[in-house]
This record gives sequence, structure tokens and C-alpha cells, in this order.
Amino acid sequence: MSGTFVGMPAFPKAAHDAVRNTTLRANLKHATHTIRDKRARAVAELDDWAALREAGKQIKDHTLRHLDHYLVQLEESVTAAGGTVHWARDADEANRIVTRLVRETGESEVVKVKSMATQEIGLNEHLEAEGIRAYETDLAELIVQLGDDRPSHILVPAIHRNRGEIRDIFAQEMGRWGRPAPEGLTDTPAELAEAARLHLREKFLRAKVGVSGANFMVAETGTLVVVESEGNGRMCLTLPETLISVVGIEKIVPTWQDLEVFLQTLPRSSTAERMNPYTSTWTGTTDGDGPRTFHLVLIDNGRTDTLADEVGRQALRCIRCSACLNVCPVYERAGGHAYGSVYPGPIGAILSPQLRGTASEIDASLPYASSLCGACYEVCPVAIDIPEVLVHLRERVVEGGEVTLRGTKVTLKPAKGHAAERAAMRAARWAFTHPAVLATGQRMASRTRRFHPRTVPGPGRAWTATRDLPQVPAESFRDWWQRTDGGKEGQK
Amino acid sequence: MRVALFLTCVNDTLYPDTGRAVVKLLTRLGVDVDFPAAQTCCGQPHYNTGYRRQAEPLARHYSDVFGPGLASGDYDAIITPSGSCAAMVRELYPRMGERARAEGRGDRLATTLAPVIPKTYELTEFLVDVLKVTDVGASYPHKVTYHPTCHGLRSLGLGDRPLQLLRAVKGLELAELPGAQECCGFGGTFAVKNSDVSSAMGADKVRNAESTGADVLCAADNSCLMHIGGTMSRLKVGMRPVHIAEILASTEEEPHV
Repeated sequence: MSGTFVGMPAFPKAAHDAVRNTTLRANLKHATHTIRDKRARAVAELDDWAALREAGKQIKDHTLRHLDHYLVQLEESVTAAGGTVHWARDADEANRIVTRLVRETGESEVVKVKSMATQEIGLNEHLEAEGIRAYETDLAELIVQLGDDRPSHILVPAIHRNRGEIRDIFAQEMGRWGRPAPEGLTDTPAELAEAARLHLREKFLRAKVGVSGANFMVAETGTLVVVESEGNGRMCLTLPETLISVVGIEKIVPTWQDLEVFLQTLPRSSTAERMNPYTSTWTGTTDGDGPRTFHLVLIDNGRTDTLADEVGRQALRCIRCSACLNVCPVYERAGGHAYGSVYPGPIGAILSPQLRGTASEIDASLPYASSLCGACYEVCPVAIDIPEVLVHLRERVVEGGEVTLRGTKVTLKPAKGHAAERAAMRAARWAFTHPAVLATGQRMASRTRRFHPRTVPGPGRAWTATRDLPQVPAESFRDWWQRTDGGKEGQK
Repeated sequence: MRVALFLTCVNDTLYPDTGRAVVKLLTRLGVDVDFPAAQTCCGQPHYNTGYRRQAEPLARHYSDVFGPGLASGDYDAIITPSGSCAAMVRELYPRMGERARAEGRGDRLATTLAPVIPKTYELTEFLVDVLKVTDVGASYPHKVTYHPTCHGLRSLGLGDRPLQLLRAVKGLELAELPGAQECCGFGGTFAVKNSDVSSAMGADKVRNAESTGADVLCAADNSCLMHIGGTMSRLKVGMRPVHIAEILASTEEEPHV
């Protein structure tokens, strides 16, 4: 497995393999069910959860509606506090900016706080190609990095691994990246955590440059916020001389007071904790305290295009809690890798095809990676109606239509491979608007019922591979109704 | 009270027994039932697969079939034994109207659909909320487990209404379904487009049902039951899928077989 998602197959194909991997399914089932139940208990403790959810939604929607205003305010506040703001239109630009900033320090290695934004732009791979080593310091990200693996969950990137697999990765790979794992390492959580702690301590104490993302940016003060569980983030944010934060432009909240809502909803939705153990905030630079140089790289990378879509834009409310992944029955069976993106699960299925467009096979398949059961919407702490956006994006895939791509309105053609389905849908629509046609079809099906095979060719084959079709009855209801005058006469 | 039965295309074609059960049940409760013969499909398969504009004529057709009877007072309500089709009308028809408006096509679609939306009820919510009965005088001497379908649970918010009805059925032993709130994996075209995941979800649902020791799994939506039942049949599990209407229609004199 390589570290990037480039050239992933469509979701159904990737999921086909994942569903058959019994270890993966057992790992995922155990992890998602545990956290799902804990989240439900943590949320039930608050009697104002519905109000918090609505408040979070409103704050995010308000900020997105006035994003231009808040971005300018943020830039002014960060600059006034001694930081420097950089604007990146896409992943390439962001990567070039970060590389230049690291080069200017004269360093060739950085320590990283777990960050979805840097995953999204493929920063580590880019830095590696430029001769700069990026060390992940979050425990799960470390497991993924050492295993030359891809993240499969927003919060727990190594959720697909069990303790035995992690032990093997540590024992085999740690030595190549720095301090080796202790001899005779077992798979007990305490030993694994201690091995990681010793390995990472070296990096923290040596690094001159830290790279982070941010969970929130406060426009009024220019403050960035990271919430985390392990404390590794705080080490990266405070020890290095230079700090570079790479953040999506949608992460703004207007005021400190707005954090009150999210610092309640985020931990309970993600780790099922009342409060996360570490909340770090930093505002520009302060003499004698923390990094002496601070850069904020604001990335667009498809976000303003997404903002232009009035149904799909709600995906930008996402605070990356991953509650939707943990409750999703499709994620539980298919695993995170099948989504072909650093954003897996239900939120990934609507975010990736918007940020990247629906041109590739994987992106065109993602809106269909859901049974529309609605569990994701139910748990979302900012009330993103994920099923609504999924259906909206399905429409974009099968019918095309107007979208904004890199700031320009373009008309998309329908994706390839849906012609037969489209024809079938049109035929069905025709039959359904002509009741006599439907009745004739039903009668034909009833008359030929003895000849219906148990397995069928074409698209139906996928159905009958694992399920038996119901037998067509001898008489449709409408024919029965007509024959018996609504059951009043000639009842059988 | 007089109601129009919206049976749905799936039930009409494949599950006429469910339709007959609804008629029998409602008649027993003193409700006059009519079946407007021009009815077809609510448009859910089209809408959910991304063919929203193809679903619009079907929504208009639904409105043409049921709207006039409501307006003239011939019907007090439209009843359907399908949670997902009721959710299509109640949750998604308003959305279709809004989208048409947002696309500059005016208020016509929204205005056309408006009268039928609040008058469309899923069977169990009609019984509990409108008729205000939970004991429908049914008898069904079997061990039954209940699967609350996603649309019934999360779109319509049926809550424990179906369970209230089942608990009042004479002779029925209700077994709690583990992981009841999890999707069975049907999801319309999802079952074909993502067949592997759909099958895995269906198999888990069947195993959970099997663990209850019940001999019947019931739900308020035959689409889900078609998927679960098809999986039960293939896995050779000794359980039957039965629509809740058929259980509620069953009496000591005329037991459901």
C-alpha cells in the first residue's frame, strides 16, 4: 500500500475486497460500536444538545455566508499579533508555500500535529520529495506513517489496525525512522504507548519547525485552536522555533464566545469525552513564549467552489468529529480506504466529490456509497443533512448540470456509464405516469411467474448473487381490487 | 372516516397480501377504504438515484390521483403501508417544490404538491395518531421481532408506535431485535450498486434476527422485507418476513397464514 489515494478504484470495487477481509471487519466493528455507544451516552448527558447542535449550525452558516469578511478580519488579527498569513488557492500552492517556509529556516525536518488539511494536500509526500522529512506525532498517525499505510478514519487514522498489527509495525519500522522499539515489545497498550512516547520524545526535543492544522480560527483575535487527546500536539505547538499552521478557510468562527458551543459538541461527538484532555490556543507570537515565528497558510482547495453550491455547501460546516463514520453501517463494512480520500465515511462521500469534482471514477461513485439510512445526519453535531447532499451529488453524476469549478461556472455532462440506468429510469417514469401500462406489465409478470429464474442476468445479478427474489403473485392488488370490487365480492 | 389507500408500486406488484391486509384491518376499524386505480409510484427510486427531474412528473401524478378526493372531502387522508414512500411524500416532496422554485421554475410544483403532503400517513402512525387505537383486535400467536426501518425511524419519527400496536396483539410474543436501529442494507438501488456492502449488512441483520429465536421478522416496509427475506431465504434461516399490516389484520376467526 502506498501513502496516497491517487488512482483509487470506484467505491464498490474497493469495498468488495474490504468486505471479505474478516480481520478488518472485526477491527472496525469493535472500534466503531464501542465509540458509537460511548458517544450516545456522552451526548445524552446534556439536556441542551439539540440547542447546541442548532447553535453550531447557525454559527457555521453565518460564518460561511460572510466568509470574505471574516477571512479579512482574521488576516488583520493574525498580522497584528505578529504572524504572517499566506493564501493558497490549491494543494500545490499550499505545498510550495510550506516547503519555502521550511527551507527559509534552514531545517530539513519538521514535527507534525495531526492535521486533516495537510493530509488533504499530501504535504508529507510533497516535503519528502523536496528532501524534508515530516514526522507525524499523533499515535495513530505514527502507526499509519510507520506502516507506509493510508489513514482510514478522521479521528483514528489507524482504526483498521489491531494491537498485534501495531506491535509488528513498531518492532519492524521504528528503527528506520529514529529510536527503535524496545526489545521484546508486546501488544499491551501501555507498552505500545511507551514505545511511541520514547520514539517521539527525540523528535520533539530536536525539531526546530512544527507544522499543524487547526480545529478553529477565531477571527476577532486571530487565535488558532487545536483540541487533542495525547499532548503531542502541544509539544509541537510550543517547542519549535517556527510554527506553520495549514488550515482550510472554512475553519473560522467569528468570536471566542462561539467556541463555547463547539468545545462542548466536538469532544462528545468525536472521542465521546466531556472535554478533550488538551486544548491549545495560540495567537501570533509572544516574546519568550513558544515559537518565535508563526505562519498561517490558508487553503481554499475547492472550498469556495463548494460554497457556491447552495445544497452542497453545508458540508463546509463539518468540524471533523467523525461521529458520522462511527455510526455508518457502510463505513463499518467497507472501511475507510474504500472511500479513496483522507475524508472517509459519510462526510467524505459528500466532501471529496465537492472538493475534487466528480470527474474521476472514485469521486463519481462516492455519492452512491450510502443506503441513505440517515444515521449520519442524526448524529452530526452541526446538522449536516448528509443524505440530502448525497442525493444532490447523485443528480450531478447522472444528469450533469451547472457547477462552479475553480471559480468559474461550467456545465457538467452526465458521467459515463449511466446510460442504461437513465434509459431504465425514463422508461419507468413513462410506465408510472401511464397506469394502464403498469397494469399490463404486472399482468405479464404474473402470467409468466412460473418461468421467472431465481437468479437473473444484468444489473439484477448483483441482487440475486446473495438474495432470493420474491415470487411474483398470481394477481396484482389492483387486479384483485377490480375483480372483487374492493374485496366486497368474489373474495378468494 | 374515509381514506384513500396508496399501496405503492412494490406492494401492488409483489405484495398484494399486504394491500388486502390493510383493507381488512381498516374496514374492521370502521374506516372506508378506496383504492384510486390510477395510482402508481411516488417517485422515490428516481429521486434517490439522482433523477430528480424524472421524479417530478411522478410526484405530480400522485398529486393528481389523490389531490381532488382530498379537496372534495371524499377522503380524509391518504394511507400507505410503506414508511419510505410516506417519507418520500412528506419529507422530499416539499424539497422538490423548493428546488423547482430555486431553479426559477416558479411555485407551481410546490403549490400542486402542497395539499397531499400533510394528509399522507404511514399506516401505523395513522392508527395511533389519527384513529387513536393501539389495540386493533388482532390475534397472532407467534414469536415476532420488529425491525424499525430507517425511513420509519429517522425520516417519519414513528418511534414506538408500531411496538405499541404489536404489544396489544393477542398471543404475540415480542422479541427485542439486537441492533434494531441499524439499516438492513437495502437502500433501493444501493442494493445493486453496492451489492457487497448491502449483502453484508443484510446478513448481519438476519443473524441478529435469528438470535432472538423469533419465527417472524416484521417491519412496516416491504422493500426492506424483500431484502431481508431474500437474504433469509438464501441463508436458509427458518424465519419469515411479514409486513406489520398482515399481523394487525390477523384475527382468531381469520388468522393470517
